[in-house]
Amino acid sequence: MPGDRLAGMAQTFSSGQPYEDDAPEPAPAPAKAESTDALDSLLDEIDDSLQVNAEQFVRSFVQKGGQ
Amino acid sequence: MRVVGIETEYGIADPARPQANPILMSSRLVEACRGWAAGRTSRWDYGGEDPLQDQRGSRRDRASAHADLLTDASEYDSAAGGVSLRRRRGSWEDPAHLNAVLSNGARFYVDHAHPEYSGPEVRSARDAVLWDRAGDAIALAAAARYERDEDGSVALYKNNVDGKGSSYGTHENYLVERATDFGDLATRLTAHLVTRQVYTGAGRVGLGQRSERAGFQLSQRADYMEAELGLETTLRRPIVNTRDEPHAERSRWRRLHVIIGDANCLQVPTYLKVGTTALVLSAIEADDDRLDALTLADPVAAVQAVSHDLSLRSRLPLASGEAATALEIQRALLEICRTYAHDADDALVLARWESVLAVLARDPMEAAADVEWVAKLRLLTRLRDKNATVDADGVVTPLPWDAPMLAALDVQWSRLGDGWAARLEAAGQATVLVDPHEVERAVTHAPADTRARLRGGIVAARPDLVDAAGWSSVVLDREGDHLEVVHLDDPHQASHPLLDPLIAGA
Repeated sequence: MPGDRLAGMAQTFSSGQPYEDDAPEPAPAPAKAESTDALDSLLDEIDDSLQVNAEQFVRSFVQKGGQ
Repeated sequence: MRVVGIETEYGIADPARPQANPILMSSRLVEACRGWAAGRTSRWDYGGEDPLQDQRGSRRDRASAHADLLTDASEYDSAAGGVSLRRRRGSWEDPAHLNAVLSNGARFYVDHAHPEYSGPEVRSARDAVLWDRAGDAIALAAAARYERDEDGSVALYKNNVDGKGSSYGTHENYLVERATDFGDLATRLTAHLVTRQVYTGAGRVGLGQRSERAGFQLSQRADYMEAELGLETTLRRPIVNTRDEPHAERSRWRRLHVIIGDANCLQVPTYLKVGTTALVLSAIEADDDRLDALTLADPVAAVQAVSHDLSLRSRLPLASGEAATALEIQRALLEICRTYAHDADDALVLARWESVLAVLARDPMEAAADVEWVAKLRLLTRLRDKNATVDADGVVTPLPWDAPMLAALDVQWSRLGDGWAARLEAAGQATVLVDPHEVERAVTHAPADTRARLRGGIVAARPDLVDAAGWSSVVLDREGDHLEVVHLDDPHQASHPLLDPLIAGA
């Protein structure tokens, strides 16, 4: 698949062949880091919330059928 | 784009009283919605419904119909266009079936044991997202009012299953030309409805109607699809529903009622669901026989096969004897639909469709911002890893799929207001297509380019004159001997000589 090949090439380049040793380190992308942080903190919140009441919550969620 | 509308049945629960009666709660919620609307609302006009007419040409005998199908009153007014007179009758409303027609052109009411928002008619995929989001905001506003007025509170869920056997729907309605043969339409549309799950699926923890088996699948509704074609919507649910109730001039139009779709909390799935299906319908109306190569050998089995395949690589047998993956079929449909893109909105749908398919083909997990089942699976996977167990040999086992935590995350994902999907979007993790200010406006304003403008406009401007309103009628009570029924049989009609001055005069 051409798509797979492209993805593979991108990976090879980003894993960093050191052929430009004296090039400055690229600045870390702040947006990416922020979004990962946001996901991590949401995950912590989900984890905390579900450790307490998951089983009872699931048991009590009963709906009637609709269309 | 053709005229489209989305209906959403919300799950409903009182968090403190799990045994509370959902029909009563839904009814009180609609009453709360009316209170929130502060007089800018109307009751429903049951005058024109015909739920027993089948797209295949026959009529279901009334005596043999399941009671769920009987949504009409005894009067059936087939007069087309203009204004007709109707005798006055009692203003009694069944308290278990309350309705609120709203100033944005939508209907908020009790359907079976769920509150339902039927959005106004729209003419672009983006508007479909906008008025779908407006429905969530209205439902939340009604819930807040409920908490103020009632003894109890109510939580609403934009999902389709309770994991214990019950399912409730999110339906799409598409205006289609009557001249298109319904059998051909159903045959040619089915492959799309089955394979679009790869980007419309909301994700579900549990396999089987009662979650008999542990696991995760793409779609909420897939395991409840049991037939290719049928009139029913509450049992033996079909991939293509044959209810022929056009809510428009019958000689010219059909309303295709699609019941296979999931409720979506993310915006891109709703946008693509409506935009792609509208384009495929254009190819069908044009009698494009390229579609025939994509006919599935066993559509009902394929619905579940697609939904249960997280790799997106399983091959579906085609009627031709060949086989193709869901992504390959979608890719073929995209290429066919290029012919039917008529304006910039259509072009944007094609571009989004193409990019999402490309990402899914490369690595589904990269599509988390745009594809709901991927976004849900990403959270579930992280949670399984976080709660993994390590045995004496150091072997790590993620939390098993039947753990209550995972089922709870799945349900809470869709809770209106503070659900995990809403939180994910607020954290910038989901693609947003409509601005919150636009949604706020769509809560009280109808689309300007369909008859919803007339329905919503008169409810907003002169609710004192409106006796009732329906999809194709506005019933005015101007103190005469009779009520005046304004027939809006053309869904494209956004202007009317009798209603325009009344709307403008306020």
